[in-house]
Amino acid sequence: MAKTSRICHILLRFLAFSATLSAVIVMVSSHERATFFNVSFEAKYTTSPALKYFVIANSVVTVYGFLVLFLPAESLLWRLVVAMDMVLTMLLISSLSAALAIAQVAKQGNNSAAWLPICGSVPKFCNHITGSLIASFIGVIIYMILLLHSIHSVLDPLLLKKT
Amino acid sequence: MASGNEEQKIESGSNVVPQTKPKKDWILLSLRVVTFFATVSATIVMSLNKQTKNFVVATIGTTPITVPLTAKFQHTPAFVYFVVANGIVSVHNLVMIAMDILGHKFHNRGLQLALIAVLDTMALALASSGDGAATAMAELGRNGNSHAKWNKICDNFEAYCNRGGGALIASFIGLILLLIVTVMSINKLLKLNRN
Repeated sequence: MAKTSRICHILLRFLAFSATLSAVIVMVSSHERATFFNVSFEAKYTTSPALKYFVIANSVVTVYGFLVLFLPAESLLWRLVVAMDMVLTMLLISSLSAALAIAQVAKQGNNSAAWLPICGSVPKFCNHITGSLIASFIGVIIYMILLLHSIHSVLDPLLLKKT
Repeated sequence: MASGNEEQKIESGSNVVPQTKPKKDWILLSLRVVTFFATVSATIVMSLNKQTKNFVVATIGTTPITVPLTAKFQHTPAFVYFVVANGIVSVHNLVMIAMDILGHKFHNRGLQLALIAVLDTMALALASSGDGAATAMAELGRNGNSHAKWNKICDNFEAYCNRGGGALIASFIGLILLLIVTVMSINKLLKLNRN
């Protein structure tokens, strides 16, 4: 029973790692050039600090997820993994919501601040960002499940004692 | 006399059973109270955030036409979400404080504390997402985005931006304290489970 639980755990962590990795890759590779009124501008993720924060947070979580995949089952570092899980899940959630706020303004604009929506001029860029946000959202959900599971397994002494 | 002594001994033996009352954790309770005040003040300050200013739009002859423009927090969906999220987190903190003060009648300590840990984690997620969205919009309002031709609004509405920034700072303090409180309550669970 502990073995299937461990296999399930590793599978979930691998899924979360691949979700955040794909979020990073899709966001970094999204750029589109648009011209209107003789002004050409290139829409990239570096134009917005929130999207940069999103890429940085997702890459940190990707590296962390990759390292945790190789942690042996009876190591004492699992307490540290629970703590890091909590902090990094918080980081991931805040970066996702920041990128979502910016993407919502880009798609619908803000009438009171005279901010025009830009998704009409750069639809491919907006679709890329949407895909990246969806991937990161899947990663967030999996990390929340993993966090609750880690807390449960830390409290359950059977899974940590060396059998 | 000897039987009287024995009776006395038995009586005193049955009276001296120690009552294991769980020690009240004052540090956790006071941290929760401070977190509650931080999130409540963030909610209230952001929900009362409004500034009206007159702008000169055109001049007909010599008289300038002024248009009053208002900056409200409802204009930005991220700030609305910020207010809602901080409201829910402060209600959660209030419920936790009440449970801490009044909840010694529950006998199933394990389930109760596990529920506290799960609810604390969810409140942490909610608070951090509210903060992230509001920070992104506040940064956009302060610096604008030249690539997307979005002008900054903070040079015109100073008081609105400062009040929003104050609410954000209070919310961040609440978030950090909520993280500490979550870790402490999970630690309490660990200690209880080990005994």
